[in-house]
Amino acid sequence: MELDTGNTAWILASAALVLLMTPGLAFFYGGMTRSKSVLNMMMMSFGAMGVVGIIYVLWGYSMSFGPDAFGEGKAGLFGNPFHYWALHGLMPDDDAANGFANSLLGANGVPSLVAVGFQLTFAIITVALISGAIADRVKFSTWLVFTGVWVTLAYFPLAHMVWGGGFLSGNPGGLAAKLFGLNDDGTTAVAPIDFAGGTVVHINAGVAGLVLAIIIGKRKGFGKEPMKPHNLTLVMLGAALLWFGWFGFNAGSAGAANGAAGLAWVNTTVATCGAMVGWLIIEKLRDGHATTLGAASGVVAGLVAITPAAGNLTPVGSIILGVVAGGVCAMAVSLKYKLGYDDSLDVVGVHLVGGLIGTIGIGFLATGTGLFYGGGIKQLIVQIVIALAAVVISGVVTTVIGLVLKSTMGWRIATEDEVEGIDVVVHGEQAYDFETSGSGHGVLSASLSKSTAPSEVNA
Amino acid sequence: MKLITAVIKPFKLDEVRAALLAFGVQGMTVSESSGYGRQRGHTEVYRGAEYTVELLPKVRLEILVDDADGDDVVDVIVRAARTGKIGDGKVWAVPVENVVRVRTGERGTEAL
Repeated sequence: MELDTGNTAWILASAALVLLMTPGLAFFYGGMTRSKSVLNMMMMSFGAMGVVGIIYVLWGYSMSFGPDAFGEGKAGLFGNPFHYWALHGLMPDDDAANGFANSLLGANGVPSLVAVGFQLTFAIITVALISGAIADRVKFSTWLVFTGVWVTLAYFPLAHMVWGGGFLSGNPGGLAAKLFGLNDDGTTAVAPIDFAGGTVVHINAGVAGLVLAIIIGKRKGFGKEPMKPHNLTLVMLGAALLWFGWFGFNAGSAGAANGAAGLAWVNTTVATCGAMVGWLIIEKLRDGHATTLGAASGVVAGLVAITPAAGNLTPVGSIILGVVAGGVCAMAVSLKYKLGYDDSLDVVGVHLVGGLIGTIGIGFLATGTGLFYGGGIKQLIVQIVIALAAVVISGVVTTVIGLVLKSTMGWRIATEDEVEGIDVVVHGEQAYDFETSGSGHGVLSASLSKSTAPSEVNA
Repeated sequence: MKLITAVIKPFKLDEVRAALLAFGVQGMTVSESSGYGRQRGHTEVYRGAEYTVELLPKVRLEILVDDADGDDVVDVIVRAARTGKIGDGKVWAVPVENVVRVRTGERGTEAL
């Protein structure tokens, strides 16, 4: 296969788009927290970038897309972490006269190193998504350790199972092949569909958020004290950045600059429009107001739902999926008050519920194989099975990691620190300087310590 | 001397200030404040969770005047601040024992 510069350029651009989603998420989540904890919320996203980005090139890519640890071609649970350790084997041959022209090429004539960059950004955003469920109350050190352990034990294996030819892929040795058998040519009769990460990213992060919210416990005052979003303009900015970045996520997942990418782009847009409208309609009917936070949340719910389906639906099917996702997620975010878990920023209500709607919705709406398109019920069953498998895998792994960290490092900051505000206590900073007087002096609230004050000239 | 305190609707501040200036009041202290009286707060809904906001934003004026002007200044404020709708606020006056101008040390009505 020859290097395809068009495809390569698009995947490079997509990788940058997806990386932008994580700072976007920091704004989206940060605006929803109280003003005393916005910096910690943003730092959970940026911290995930630091840890996961490093791990990804060391063993993450190898565990996700390397040869199966159970044997080359087997439909196993994770890739061999040492095969492409530190991207060994993907770098250009040093002895070759033409240098990078010799880079290992992956699918569609895109160098594997470009695929590494693209996939790295997915791992980062998935881990960062979880942070919204445990806002305002978690030790930063424990969070950083969790990001590294969880991405290794939950994300890379699931990515391998779904996208790397593992247990939940269309591999003839995989789960779907066991359900409905093989075609005459040896391929899986009904292959699971997860275009850009309904299972790997959203169900995975949503379940992890739910498990951690339960293990870590509620914020002090949850359900009694008001905990309303402190800055909805930040939330809107974050939603806008997420939507923009998501074009890399979904249209980039076509793997090429072609019509399939175009279909994913259009489906991503119309599903998101539908979900925003769906969310606002539910709010208007139920609460009397169509809210800004509802619009931003509907946007994200739609983006989540269309993620696994973007390559396999018609635009009309995408609109239907989006409206359903927006409406259902608008109702699902109230579950935490009834069931009593403090999923602070609704990772469960948006990402788990939206991810399930998208992944299972494929079974109804996929062109050709979906129930509504005359494809029978087999695709629907396969989609339900891989969604449930993702729920179980993520649930079990996250429970183990969460409990071990609880009994070793501990998750919670002290209650009085939580009340005072995690920003000041954990990071030594305040997001907003409310005390400074109009003159900008702020003499009542702060003075420079000796070490930072400029020494007096005539001392 | 009297201290006149007025709690009014924020958007009425400019009109009240202009009216007081026309009357001859030379200075005042203004601060943003919040509270409620007969006008109650409102509700807000975030992702279906309802919050009742009890306190409403108001502006608080404090003005020191000579005894003889007390009633007139109160009338000026009330006329300028009134919309006729609930939530217009309140104005009250209390006697003041002494006032000192910090710069000069003048006391009593000289310091007004």
